[in-house]
Amino acid sequence: MELIQLTPWDLSIAAVLVLLLAGLSFHLQLGIEKRLLIATARSAAQLSLLGLVLKIIFAQSNPITIGLLTLFMLLVASYEVMNRQQRRYRGYWGMGVGIFSMFLSSFSVTLLVLLVILQVEPWYTPQYLIPLLGMMLGNTMTGVALSLDNLNQNAWQQRASIEARLMLGHDWQSAIAEIRRNALRTGLIPIMNAMAAAGVVSIPGMMTGQILAGSPPLEAAKYQILILFLVSASIGLGSMTAIWIGSKHLFDERQRLRLDRLTQPKQ
Amino acid sequence: MSQLSLYNLQVQQLSPISLEIPAGQCITIAGPSGCGKTQLLRAIADLDPHQGEVQLNGLTQEEMPAPKWRKQVGYLPAESAWWRAQVGDHFNDPDPQQFEALGFTLEWLEREVSRLSTGERQRLALLRLLSNRPQVLLLDEPTANLDQATARQVEQLISDYRHTDQAAVIWVTHDSAQHQRSAHHYCFKGNTLEHCTWN
Repeated sequence: MELIQLTPWDLSIAAVLVLLLAGLSFHLQLGIEKRLLIATARSAAQLSLLGLVLKIIFAQSNPITIGLLTLFMLLVASYEVMNRQQRRYRGYWGMGVGIFSMFLSSFSVTLLVLLVILQVEPWYTPQYLIPLLGMMLGNTMTGVALSLDNLNQNAWQQRASIEARLMLGHDWQSAIAEIRRNALRTGLIPIMNAMAAAGVVSIPGMMTGQILAGSPPLEAAKYQILILFLVSASIGLGSMTAIWIGSKHLFDERQRLRLDRLTQPKQ
Repeated sequence: MSQLSLYNLQVQQLSPISLEIPAGQCITIAGPSGCGKTQLLRAIADLDPHQGEVQLNGLTQEEMPAPKWRKQVGYLPAESAWWRAQVGDHFNDPDPQQFEALGFTLEWLEREVSRLSTGERQRLALLRLLSNRPQVLLLDEPTANLDQATARQVEQLISDYRHTDQAAVIWVTHDSAQHQRSAHHYCFKGNTLEHCTWN
């Protein structure tokens, strides 16, 4: 089976459906038609642009351009992580925690796939590197964002208990141990739900895409399993790193709770 | 001999404070609320960043790991916090005699924290602190929510502990009677901590 090429006409039919939805929103006074149309236009523009950029990058296969693109992806993901925090770290730490933890987890897991599992030649072949890294970063971003948000919210709410333990001579790690555990659990829940539902409730997007593109279903399933495992590992590693350095930064060298290092939530 | 010394300790808006409290001595501090009494105690316990030096038996805060310092320089905040469900989960080595001195028994260790009254929590928090056997006690209005009889029990227990363990005590209070009973009392006049006299 060959990939069925989509014509602009095909996409227009799908776009008409969204337009109908916007019209319905206008008619029912839901008030979301403007945002819906903007979001539709955005996704179309962003994805077409990505397609163009990838076409060029795939053609060149230049390590420097590929490196810059991965860096860009990492920065955008870290910005998203920071943006989803109710209470962020002040200064460089706001972005830094995300950059460091996702670099450590997503990049190393992607490298492992390319070098050991897929054994691509050369390892930075963009057709493999970019989609894999995107999948790792996209999922790890959610896990890290949830973990950090939970960590800092709980540290704020339970500051009296944390300090009570410090006053009694507990070290910072035991004073925040429960909050930390909770944060990690929160970060891992989405991927665990996704794994439990995979194949029964939902057919994951990547597998759907591969089947539509003509892969045998069993091959598509194997790839999907591989991705789920790697994504879980990346989320786990990323969340643990973020929680570790994030919680350490809540205390100073004299093990004082320093919530002044967090910003106030926007109202 | 445990002696607490403050050298030019600077906390927020307060002018630098220098004080020596010999082992077994208790000083009381009074002053309007919001004048920085709590901040002073927190700085001595090394819970907030501060300027100046605090020494215990000649050793500065920085010369000791922070948890060790806080174990020896025990701070009792005005409001106690509990992090587990049961009272007993918060104690390492409860002393039955001290429990009895405040009208408790060790059976209280099995109670749920959420069912205790404010006064009970406050007294149990003191016992929790004393079970660490600190050399210095920093007490932030330890009898604020107690009736007179229990307040007396608390005062007696602290005084006994101070004598047997030769602990240095800083006692922040609003109660002028309590203030007058102590031999060494200090007041905040504006931003300065001064020896004060009762006329």
